[in-house]
Amino acid sequence: MSRYIDSLMREEMKHSKPTIPAALFLKKKKPVVVIELKKRSRLKRKFQRAGLFALLLLGAVTMVAPFLWMISTSFKEAGQVFADAKVWWQEWLPSTFVWQNYLKVWEVVPFARFYLNSILVSICITAGQVATSAMAAYAFARLDFPGRDRLFFGYLATMMIPGAVTMIPVFILLRYLGWIDSYKALILPGIFSAYGTFMLRQFFLTLPKDLEDAAKIDGCSYRRIFWHIILPLSKPALATLTTFTFMGSWMNLMWPLIVVNTHTKYTLPVGLAYFQGIHGTDWTLLMAASMMMILPILIVFLFNQRFFVEGIKLTGIKG
Amino acid sequence: MANGYMKDKTKEILAAYAFLMPNMLGFLIFTSIPVLASLGLSFVQWDLLSGDPQFVGAANFVELAKDPFFFSYCWNTVYLMLAIPLSMAGSLLLAIALNRGLKGTVVFRAIYFLPTICSGVAIFMLWRLIYNSNFGFLNTMISQFGDLLGLKLAGPNWLTDENWAKPALIIMNVWQTVGGSNMILYLAALQGVPRDLYDAAEVDGANNFQKFWAVTWPQISPTTFFIAIMSLIGGFQAGFDQAYIMTGGGPNGSTTTIIYYIFKNAFEWYRMGYAAAISWVLFSIIFVFTVLNWRFYGRNVHYT
Repeated sequence: MSRYIDSLMREEMKHSKPTIPAALFLKKKKPVVVIELKKRSRLKRKFQRAGLFALLLLGAVTMVAPFLWMISTSFKEAGQVFADAKVWWQEWLPSTFVWQNYLKVWEVVPFARFYLNSILVSICITAGQVATSAMAAYAFARLDFPGRDRLFFGYLATMMIPGAVTMIPVFILLRYLGWIDSYKALILPGIFSAYGTFMLRQFFLTLPKDLEDAAKIDGCSYRRIFWHIILPLSKPALATLTTFTFMGSWMNLMWPLIVVNTHTKYTLPVGLAYFQGIHGTDWTLLMAASMMMILPILIVFLFNQRFFVEGIKLTGIKG
Repeated sequence: MANGYMKDKTKEILAAYAFLMPNMLGFLIFTSIPVLASLGLSFVQWDLLSGDPQFVGAANFVELAKDPFFFSYCWNTVYLMLAIPLSMAGSLLLAIALNRGLKGTVVFRAIYFLPTICSGVAIFMLWRLIYNSNFGFLNTMISQFGDLLGLKLAGPNWLTDENWAKPALIIMNVWQTVGGSNMILYLAALQGVPRDLYDAAEVDGANNFQKFWAVTWPQISPTTFFIAIMSLIGGFQAGFDQAYIMTGGGPNGSTTTIIYYIFKNAFEWYRMGYAAAISWVLFSIIFVFTVLNWRFYGRNVHYT
């Protein structure tokens, strides 16, 4: 997932209100006959809406069709994918439902292991990133210390550095530490994120200060302010960061591919690629495995849709 | 009084560093120092396995300047970015359609967002099957459509034909991104356009098309600019997963992108120095676009 400095600029943009009337841009002025316009436009609008709806529906079908085909393939008999002379609906509805495909995947490769690894790695990265980012963001947003702004700028500046630049030295470092092919190598580099810090800082800045001031007068420590005031108020932002981080590490292929080389430490993406490498033509099994990889993400999405939308609006992040 | 203030101040500074510590340590170890190390690496030759790094000066960059593969992979990367304008246009149209307040907007938005959510290995595998020339979904549809018309239509060998591999990936990328975050950003931008501008345009007798060009388009231009630059920056770094899963960078290197080339150099051929040099070239390209974004975003694009 890429990280951006530019939401700063977006903030700035929001505050300036454009005032130039559109009329200036139009050359001709037409007389308006209100009554006639209303009559015609009601029917026209109905048609327009129906047409629009049909188009949107067509687009939605295009979006969903590959997934449906994926599901149907995952239930097919191995030979059935290749069969030539098929009635068109058999492309979608296999004549026999081979749900055993889903079980077979777990036997052919250590899929359960991949699954557990992915869950472990994603949860550790997410928890670590949200915790460390929130703490750093609190310091940047609310505490005053020498060098704060310069340090924050340093964080910002590194966000534009492509991951490819740091990937090689980090690999060499881990190799020196003897951490290659370990969970440490999978998890640790993913935890520390300038992006998460930046996003949470922007959110903390929008929180009202009164509560904190009151707490401070009562002699409340910074730790307690952070824990009992800032964090509870920031649930939406924390949920957003959690969702994005979890998804990012769940899907990540390149890093696990680089640092891990025994099967038992593969995460799902690497495991799936490995599966494809040894059973490249077992399409029914591959699709069943892919379905099982997507499923948790789909469930997270269905329940957290709002956070996705809000998160994107907040930071301009790319999914 | 002054003493108490000093005490509070020290307490605050100490607290600040304590809060920063975990993140900053990790940041130093896994980002700041590696960036410098990477710059150093780009001036050495080192295969990690035998002996120490050899300082070679600018030799890596000189070799890179003469490397025909590098240039053709750069071209591939740029070619594949054709997906960006296509997808952006689609995102805008979708956002406009969804902004009409039709029934089921939320459902549509969720459905269009699906491909973005499920990106990654599973989806690339699915598309590898879709593009399979013999029994893939796409070619089956094409030939069945041909049967309907009484013609014998046959789709191309999408991923194994040098001429079709890149268009195939572009189509897939458009499918994947058209309803994603760009559409949501456009939707937010459209909702931010002041209503009275449309009212004014309507009074002046503007039709829908005129309203779009005179009101909507200039009003959302900052968003367009933002999305375009961000997509470009992402586009230069894109193409690893799809190359690794779907094409192996082929046929004949036609889908190898810069990032895939870096990966191959570093982790298949163990040319650490050369890979670091390529990554710094990539970084400088991205840097140019980032600076462009800083310069112009929110200023010059406002009311063009």
